[in-house]
Amino acid sequence: MTTETAAGVRRRGRVALIDLVGDVNAAAADNLDHAWAEATADGPDAVVLNFAGTGYINSTGIALIVGLLAKARAGGLPIRAFGLSPHYREIFEITRLADFLAITGDEDSAVGAAPRDADSAMGTTGGTSYG
Amino acid sequence: MTTLTGSLRRRFLGRPTVAARAQAAVRRPELAEDPAPINIAPNDPLLAYLQSARGPVDVQALQLDSPALAALKAADVKLAVPLVSQGELIGVLNLGPRRSEQEYSTDDRKLLDNLAAQAAPALRVGQLVRQQEAEARTRERFEQELEVARLIQQNFLPKQLPELTGWHMAAYYRPAREVGGDFYDVIPLPDDQVAFVIGDVTDKGVPAALVMAATRSALRAFAPRLIEPGAVLERANEHLCPDMPEKMFVTCFYGVLEPATGRFRFANAGHDVPYVKTADGAVELRARGMPLGLMAGMSYEQREMVLAHGDSVLLHSDGVVEAHDPQRRMFGFPRLKEAVATYPGGADVIDLVLTDLLAHTGPGVEQEDDITMVTIQRAPGSTSRLLLDFELPSVEGNERAALDRVGAAVATLLPEARLDRLKTAVGEATMNAMEHGNSYRADVPVCVRVLTEPEAVHVQISDRGRPPSGGPTETPDLEAKLAGLQRPRGWGLFLIKNMVDESREFTEGDLHTLELSMRLGAADDEHPGGTHDD
Repeated sequence: MTTETAAGVRRRGRVALIDLVGDVNAAAADNLDHAWAEATADGPDAVVLNFAGTGYINSTGIALIVGLLAKARAGGLPIRAFGLSPHYREIFEITRLADFLAITGDEDSAVGAAPRDADSAMGTTGGTSYG
Repeated sequence: MTTLTGSLRRRFLGRPTVAARAQAAVRRPELAEDPAPINIAPNDPLLAYLQSARGPVDVQALQLDSPALAALKAADVKLAVPLVSQGELIGVLNLGPRRSEQEYSTDDRKLLDNLAAQAAPALRVGQLVRQQEAEARTRERFEQELEVARLIQQNFLPKQLPELTGWHMAAYYRPAREVGGDFYDVIPLPDDQVAFVIGDVTDKGVPAALVMAATRSALRAFAPRLIEPGAVLERANEHLCPDMPEKMFVTCFYGVLEPATGRFRFANAGHDVPYVKTADGAVELRARGMPLGLMAGMSYEQREMVLAHGDSVLLHSDGVVEAHDPQRRMFGFPRLKEAVATYPGGADVIDLVLTDLLAHTGPGVEQEDDITMVTIQRAPGSTSRLLLDFELPSVEGNERAALDRVGAAVATLLPEARLDRLKTAVGEATMNAMEHGNSYRADVPVCVRVLTEPEAVHVQISDRGRPPSGGPTETPDLEAKLAGLQRPRGWGLFLIKNMVDESREFTEGDLHTLELSMRLGAADDEHPGGTHDD
């Protein structure tokens, strides 16, 4: 069944976390936008997307994540993710989302990833400054 | 010199001198009148004489056994001035007696010679312009006739093929530039039978198109009443014979299909033998019979076969087998038969044979004759079992219900990763069906069917009102999307193709279906057929 998306924002140090719960689909657009605005309001060093509470991401949801990536690129902000099931990890690889955001196995790794690591993930597209 | 005979005409430009008095001469009513032309026959010795003459010729003094010279003398022509351009005699300037009744002087002759030297090239240019204009008009008429022929033919070809449950029809027709006489037809008959016709009229252009139209009309008139192929061809032949133009006839294959049983009766009026792809290879549909319109009183052998599940008939015209390569070798029957035996049936064999033909003739070569192919394919035998069949209102979010139900139904058939891939593809296909097919109209449902076979599981997702996607879809490029060069969306078809082993679209009536297939028994880590770069 379709489940409403919630997107809560937490902070761990200079890193903002967005906890996604429910389906990442068209209905998630507003919540995701608000969460992004809240997460990036104070200029964090990085944003981490937590997909552990997500059971379904469809093509529209992927488009939303592409939108977040575009915003992150514009602001030169590293973006990382964890909690993806093997299936959605595969989809992130097929769509090449994995080339543009660092996917880690757990939250600590995502939060603690050295900026250099994150930058290198972003750097695969040619640098960290996209302004 | 034949071309000269019509252009060598007597012209009076004045007496007794030419240039200075020409205007005065024109004002004289009796001289302004255009005299009757004098034609010079190609074998008249006067032609050779004028061709080699140096300067004006004294007509009255000339002695030749020449009808044209006699005619000139009778018309009181005194001087004939040859008009020669680039060594070719292109006209003659004929002059009557001088008004003073004196002989033409040496100065007059010099002046006329100079005038001829100036006038001849100008006259030649004028002749060439007129010739080109005439050729252009001829070409234009020819093109108009071809266009008429094309219109006639295309108007008489079926606008669409019948939708028969359990059968797939496909047809291809491409006229040559000089439209030939190919045609095909599909005629509904009583008791759900269907007649298939392919034919070829000898000759090209409008005459062939008109005979094609007459043949088609005759077959359509007799088919529902007589049904049996042999009888229909016999009756059509009797009908066509009396009015068939000389040296024209029609080859025609006529078959009647009973879709429910696969029974296919056929007769052949001298047309290229069709082939059937069967489990045992390509089979020829041979039956004896003379072309239509050649001779009255003909009878036509009728034969039949039962088309088994998976069998595919290829009806074809001689434009296929008689296509030549640059060394003038024909494509040939053996090669076409081999293609039918080895290629998949239905529309696929048409596409593949066309590809082979192009390779055979070479690119950019004008097509020699019309090319027509029709396929009649019986769907493969149904060893599948219906596992699930349900409908969903076209409401946003309902794709979750579709993928959950399909997932539950096939959970024991697929390993986990492949099950997840199929579910994602089902979700995306259902979204597409609801959005693009049914425009999210809640009262128009999406139909989902799950079928299993020993080797595979198929999920069919159907909507209404959408033609097959046909053309290429934009391949999503994440970098382009991030750069704003592509819209963020557009991942659906990409995901579908990458998630399942096979996907195909088909339309039956107003139902458009996308079928997603996963092989059974494949390892969990075996990735579906498509590459990531699709």
